[in-house]
Amino acid sequence: MAQKIYAGVTVDVNEEGYFTNPSQWTKEIAVEIAKEEGITLTDQHFAIMEFLRNRHLGGEALSIRSINHSGVIDVKTFYQLFPGAPLKKATKIAGIPKPASCI
Amino acid sequence: MEQEYPIKKVNIICAKGAIEDVYATLVMGNGAVMEGIETNLFFTFFGLDAIVKSRMDKLHTGVVGNPALRLPGGLRMPTLLGVIPFMEAFTSWMMKGQMAQLDIPPVSEFLDLITAGGGKVYACKLAMDMFKFKKEDLSEHVSGILTVGEFYEHAGGEGSQIIFT
Repeated sequence: MAQKIYAGVTVDVNEEGYFTNPSQWTKEIAVEIAKEEGITLTDQHFAIMEFLRNRHLGGEALSIRSINHSGVIDVKTFYQLFPGAPLKKATKIAGIPKPASCI
Repeated sequence: MEQEYPIKKVNIICAKGAIEDVYATLVMGNGAVMEGIETNLFFTFFGLDAIVKSRMDKLHTGVVGNPALRLPGGLRMPTLLGVIPFMEAFTSWMMKGQMAQLDIPPVSEFLDLITAGGGKVYACKLAMDMFKFKKEDLSEHVSGILTVGEFYEHAGGEGSQIIFT
């Protein structure tokens, strides 16, 4: 297992850079991962990441569709906040595993 | 060093209107959008049903001549059973139920998700003329009605793939 240092903290990540231990995550760490992805985080980013983290920690599968039910933002905004591959980027920055969903 | 050739763009053609044909296109298309791949969906012939407002959420699956179709429990469904009234509607209803359990959205919502991510949806002009559909019949997610030539123009580019589902 690989390790990386974000905001002065050593965290466990897999070969793709996803956290293997979501409890090591902090908001300061998120800001640094986001910087690597070329994203400057706003309150909206944090709100949807909190939704993703809660859902993941609750054992629910993450899908692009679930964003519409988040009550935080709609899918279109999600694509704008995390341009390119939003679900992959958002989960990486949110310190949770890469979603295994096809939807 | 080994060179990589990532897929940058996909152009998916859907020519059939059964649930499984349309969803193959939608799942592949949405998956591409989610990966940040530029995505064009092109609906033609019976596939047009997937983007015709009055039909898109009422698709059926064929129960006759489908040797892979099985009854609940895993037994093959004899083709002759398919001719029983409402068997097609019942099978389609069951399939939609199974899909809903997996969080697979209805067609109209799927098109919502795809276009929200920047995916484009097109109708085939020839098929539109053949089935006597008008632009007003189509979902608001449809970006345009294309000739074959225009489809190929849209499909061009480095790292672009055309997929026929």
